[in-house]
Amino acid sequence: MKRPILGQNAAQAVLFFALLLAVPYGLPNEYYLSICILGSLNAVIAVGLNLLMGYAGQVSLGHAAFYGLGAYATAICTTRFGLPIPVGMAAGVTLAAAVAWIVALPTLKLKGNYLAMATLGFGIIVSIVFNEAVDLTGGPSGFVGIPRLALFGHTFESDHGYYNLMAVVLTLVVLLALNLMKSRTGRALRALHVSEKAASSLGVDIAAHKRFVFVLSAALAGLAGVLYAHYLSFIAPASFGFSFSVQLVVMVVLGGMASVWGSVAGAFFLTALPEALREFEDIDILVYGAILVLTIMYLPDGLAGGIKRLSRKLRRTGVDDARS
Amino acid sequence: MFAGAPQYIVSGLTQGAAYGLIGLGFTMIFNTTGIINFAQGEFVMLGGMLSVCLLGAGLPLPLAIVAACLATAVIGGLMERLTIRPLAGAPAVNAVIITIGVSILLRGGAMLAFGKDTVALPAFSGVKPILALGAAIQPQSLWVLAVTLALLAALKLFFSATIQGKAMLACACQKKAASLVGISVARMALLSFAISGLIGATAGAILAPITMTAYDVGMMLGLKGFAACILGGLGNPFGAAAGGLLLGVLESFGAGYVASGYKDAFAFIVLLLLLFVKPSGLFGKAGVERV
Repeated sequence: MKRPILGQNAAQAVLFFALLLAVPYGLPNEYYLSICILGSLNAVIAVGLNLLMGYAGQVSLGHAAFYGLGAYATAICTTRFGLPIPVGMAAGVTLAAAVAWIVALPTLKLKGNYLAMATLGFGIIVSIVFNEAVDLTGGPSGFVGIPRLALFGHTFESDHGYYNLMAVVLTLVVLLALNLMKSRTGRALRALHVSEKAASSLGVDIAAHKRFVFVLSAALAGLAGVLYAHYLSFIAPASFGFSFSVQLVVMVVLGGMASVWGSVAGAFFLTALPEALREFEDIDILVYGAILVLTIMYLPDGLAGGIKRLSRKLRRTGVDDARS
Repeated sequence: MFAGAPQYIVSGLTQGAAYGLIGLGFTMIFNTTGIINFAQGEFVMLGGMLSVCLLGAGLPLPLAIVAACLATAVIGGLMERLTIRPLAGAPAVNAVIITIGVSILLRGGAMLAFGKDTVALPAFSGVKPILALGAAIQPQSLWVLAVTLALLAALKLFFSATIQGKAMLACACQKKAASLVGISVARMALLSFAISGLIGATAGAILAPITMTAYDVGMMLGLKGFAACILGGLGNPFGAAAGGLLLGVLESFGAGYVASGYKDAFAFIVLLLLLFVKPSGLFGKAGVERV
């Protein structure tokens, strides 16, 4: 029973990986490649956030903070403390996960959207600390001189190399999410999303499952942060504020809650959108708002749900045509 | 050690009154609809910016402020009618996200309409400070406190002496029962958004002479108002007002004695601590369900 499903996920993941690897050859120049790298970083966070929002039914309004914690932790470890890059990376991911665990401990025991409130407050505090702890973080002007990523003696100098690495990471994250949702934990999460009472009467430890998925999603955000820092070699607090947390939520909602592929699409789309809107400078904020409102109103399950509905409709009209 | 304490209390109470009013707006909408309206801060911004704009268009100050507050009330009502009501029956997460979307739209619209400059409203009755108890009190601070108290009194009256107010309380208490006795829950939701718009805009207008205003002030003010209403216990309007005052004073002392750079963080540290220790808020009943 289990094998064929995993096999199906693996096949999808291989296809996705091949597609990702092919993308650079269709791009006109290097600049677009850097947007693709940022897109795949955002996709890693969005997939993680979707596990929380779409499957566990909890909203985080502070995911940018975990992204930032990952980025600053590895930046500080590798430059100030002179630690090797892998150690910095591990520190970044661990810090994000550990902090998430602490935030989740009391809040996820409560019913309702207390996690949204706690993460919102937490995200703002973290972004203020990034700005104010100038000795440690460089303050508002940012943190410079983070080494470019080097693993196993190989330095990822070119954007193309870095993009290929991101393709591997994103594929693995997607595979992890797909498999997780087909696992016992995934079923428990979906059950508690539908009815906490029913799930807990069937023996699902609700608080523990929510906590697990929240910590996992924070760890993925931390991982993206780590990779972001070693890609740009410069980070500034403005990238990790409340508005980025909101953007991440928009990515998930637009893509479709409870759809891993939707989140990937939402992340790439919204990362590329400002580039397309560059001519209209100031109205991009309006477009973000409009997308968010219109998606929730007319496409409540996002792009993924919309496509599913559309294809079902087409198939039905196809059947009708065949009958007539 | 406590040099300047009276001054901090005065400025804290002034700022806190605004947080309280914003928190009050959150509570009204939460009580009737169960939604946390993240566009609440934008109502505050609109109150300030529209007042400045109408004043610039030649209206006298009192008229400009009243018109701005009424216009914001209409915007609040429109928001409910156009974006919240069509969502009836959708998961609460969707409603929360849509209010975030509306807040982005309002902020973007304000940026296009009013520009990016920070502007100030003239103080209502001069800027000559009154010296009392070792503190220099801005006349505008007295205006803020007086208007806040007047609004609270009016709301108290609204809830206890008018049929609409009682109907709204009934909705907060039990929606189904309210609609069974003939109360239109949808109209109460509309009314609660309009009143929240009015209260938020008033807070924005009375605060604008002190803190100045710009298209993007709504987010931080809204979030702090939200912290105020958690502090007071979500669902308790007058608790939210008290929470706001407390938060304002805490913030003022924190900025004065601990570190001014972290001024904005205190509200959220308090919020987190409260969620950890007493999630029902200071004045809330211990009705928060645990799983």
